[in-house]
Amino acid sequence: MSFVSDLKGYVNPNYFTKPVNLFDFSKEFLIKLLKKMVLIRFIEEEIGNLILSSDIKCPCHLAIGQEAIAAGISENLTCKDKVFGNHRSHAHYLAMGGDIYQLIAEVFGKIDGCSLGMGGSMHIIDREKGFQGSVPIVGGTIPIAVGAALAAKFDKKNHIAVTFFGDGACEEGILHESLNFASAYDLPVLFVCENNLYSSHLDIKIRQPSDMVSRFAHAHKISSNVIDGNNIIEVVSQSKKMIEFIRKEQKPAFLEAVTYRWRGHVGPDENIDVGVRRSQKDLAAWKNRDPIKRLKEAMVENKSLTEISYKTIESDIRKEIHEYIASAKKSEFPPDENLKNLVYSA
Amino acid sequence: MKKLVKYSDAIRFGFEYLLSNYQEVFTIGQGLWSPWYVGNSMKELEVKFGKHRIIDSPVSEAGITGAAIGASLCGYRPIVIHPRMDFMILAADQIVNQAAKWSHMLGGRSNPKITIRSVINRGGEQGAQHSQALHAWYAHIPGLRVVMPATVQDARDLLISSVLCDDPVIYIDDRWLYEREEEISDIEIVDLKNIKPKILKNGSDLTLVSSGYSTLLCLETAEKLKNENIHCDVIDMRVINPLDVNIILESVKRTKKLCVVDGGWAACGLAGEIIASVVESIEPNVLTHKPVRITLPWAPAPMSRSLEKIYYPDVNYIHNKIKTNFINK
Ligand SMILES: Cc1ncc(C[n+]2csc(CCOP(=O)(O)OP(=O)(O)O)c2C)c(N)n1
Repeated sequence: MSFVSDLKGYVNPNYFTKPVNLFDFSKEFLIKLLKKMVLIRFIEEEIGNLILSSDIKCPCHLAIGQEAIAAGISENLTCKDKVFGNHRSHAHYLAMGGDIYQLIAEVFGKIDGCSLGMGGSMHIIDREKGFQGSVPIVGGTIPIAVGAALAAKFDKKNHIAVTFFGDGACEEGILHESLNFASAYDLPVLFVCENNLYSSHLDIKIRQPSDMVSRFAHAHKISSNVIDGNNIIEVVSQSKKMIEFIRKEQKPAFLEAVTYRWRGHVGPDENIDVGVRRSQKDLAAWKNRDPIKRLKEAMVENKSLTEISYKTIESDIRKEIHEYIASAKKSEFPPDENLKNLVYSA
Repeated sequence: MKKLVKYSDAIRFGFEYLLSNYQEVFTIGQGLWSPWYVGNSMKELEVKFGKHRIIDSPVSEAGITGAAIGASLCGYRPIVIHPRMDFMILAADQIVNQAAKWSHMLGGRSNPKITIRSVINRGGEQGAQHSQALHAWYAHIPGLRVVMPATVQDARDLLISSVLCDDPVIYIDDRWLYEREEEISDIEIVDLKNIKPKILKNGSDLTLVSSGYSTLLCLETAEKLKNENIHCDVIDMRVINPLDVNIILESVKRTKKLCVVDGGWAACGLAGEIIASVVESIEPNVLTHKPVRITLPWAPAPMSRSLEKIYYPDVNYIHNKIKTNFINK
C-alpha cells in the first residue's frame, strides 16, 4: 500500500511542543481548563494504579495524553446537548461534568456507580450533565448520536448532538452511513474523531491509505477541520466555531483532533500492544507534546499561574480523588435482583 | 502417537496443518499480528506463513467477512477471525444473507468455502457487549454449518474439517477452554458431514447434553454425581447445525431422563431445540421426568463481579439442578 501522510506536521510529535498561545482568554477560564485536564489525568492514573493493585478488574481504556479534546469541546456545550462516547470515555464523561464519585464507583462495579455497577468503565452515563452514554462496540454510538441530532432538530431548541470516536471507528461502515444521512438531512451533530493514530495494536499506516480521517467528511460534503488535539486553546476555539455553525446552520460538522495515547490500548501499561509495538521514541516525544504541560507553561510564562499554585491545584485534586476512591471501596456491590430488574424499563 | 496438548495450542496446530498443506488457505481478521485477543491460538503464524496469508485487518467486520466470502467463491479457503462473537454481529448480513444462502439461491452453482472462527470470550467484568454466546442464532440458519469443539482433539480436527468443507462453516471456540489439556492423536481428516455428536462418558441414570465449554461443565458434574452413585451419559454435540439428535434418542431410551446445558439464553435457544427434537421423536412415556434445560438467566451479561458470580452456571449449580429435578423427585 502506498500510504500518504496527509496530516503531515500534525503527526510529528516534535512539532507543537511549545507552550500554547493563550490569546486573550481570562485567567479564570484558563485555570478551569487546566483543572479539568488535571482531574481527567489523575483519575485515569489512579484507575491505572487500582488495576495494578487488582482492586479494579474491568477492562479500562485510559485517555492519558488525550485530555485536551474532551476538556476543550465540552466548554462549548451545555447539559442540554447530547454527548455520546465509546470504549475510552472517562474523559468525555468527566469533561461534561459527570459525577466523579459515580464514575469511580462504576469502575469498581459498585451500586453507587453511574450505571449502578452494571457496566463498569466501558458503559458510563450521566444524563443530567448531557452525557448520554458510552459503549465499547466500535462505532456503536455514531448513528445513535445522529438520531439524537434528528430529535434535536424536531425539538427546535438549538441543541446539538456530539459523538466521540477514534480513527479505528472510521473503518466501520456505520460511520459512512451516518455521515451521509446527517449531511443529506441537515442534522445538527458534531462528529469528533480523536485520531490517536492507533487502533489497538495497529498503526493507522497499516490500516488506511491516508492518516487524515476527515477526508470522509469531505466526501459527504460535511465541513471539517483538523486540529492539534493536544492544544486545548485550539480545541476550544475551533470547536466553538464549529458548534456555533452547527447550531446556526442546522448542519453537521466533523472535527479531527490529532493526539496520542500514552498508555497501551487497554489497561495501565504503556505498551500492552503486544506484537506490533509502538516505538518508545515516539512515545517519549509525544509525552513532550503534553497538553497539560503546554497550557501550564504558557500560564506560568504569562503569570496567570505560579509553580506553587499549580502544585496546590494538583494536590487538591489528588486529595479529592483519594476520598472518592475510599468511599467507592466501601460502597456495596449491586444486589442480585438487579440482574433481572434492569433488563426492561421499570 | 498420543501427546499432551492444550486446547489453544491444538487450534494453532490446526492452522499450521492447513496453512502448510493447502496453499488456498489464508486467514484474515482483527489482531492477527498481535493475537493477544485469541490467547496462544494463533501465535506467530504470521512469522511462519507470512503476512500475505495471515492478514491483520482494519476494524471492518462486515467488509472483511464479505471480502473473504468473495475470495472463497474464487478458489480460496479463507478463515475469517472474529476475536469476539459480539463483534461478529456487525458481519451478520454477509454471513446470514449472503454466505448461508449463496448455494441455494444460485442453484448450487457456487459455494462459499469459508470458515468463520468466532470466539466466545466471557467473564472478567467485561459486561454486556463483550460476553455473548450467540451460537444458537447461527444454528437457526439453513446453509450454515456450526461447530463447537469442546475437546482438545476437536479443537484441532474440527477446524481442519471445517476449512476443508465446501460450505460456510462457523467454528466457535471458547476462551474458558484454552487451558484445557488432553492427550490427542495424529491428524486424521474427517469429512465434516460425517461428524456426529459423541458420548464422552457412559452412564445409565441420566443423559446430559451440551456443546463447547458447557461440555466441560457436564463432564465435571458427571464426575461429581458418580461419587454419589449417579451415572450419566455425557453427550457432546460438536456440530449444532445441522442438528443430529439420533445418539441422544438412543441414550434417553436407556436413561429416561434428559438434561441439556447450554451457555446461551433459553428462549429460542440450543437447549430448547435439542429437547424439542428429542421429545418429538420418542414415545410420550419414554421419559420418567420432565426434561430440564440449564442456560443463562434472562439478562445480558452484567459487569460487576458480584453479579457475574451468579450469572454463569457452574458445576455446583448444574449439580443442584440435577439433584432437585431428577434425583430427589
Ligand atoms: C465492533 C468492534 N470491533 C472490534 C472491537 C475491538 N476494539 C475495541 S477498541 C478497538 C480500537 C478502536 O480504535 P479507535 O477507534 O481508533 O479508538 P482508540 O482505542 O484509539 O481510542 C478495537 C478494535 C470492538 N470493541 N468492537
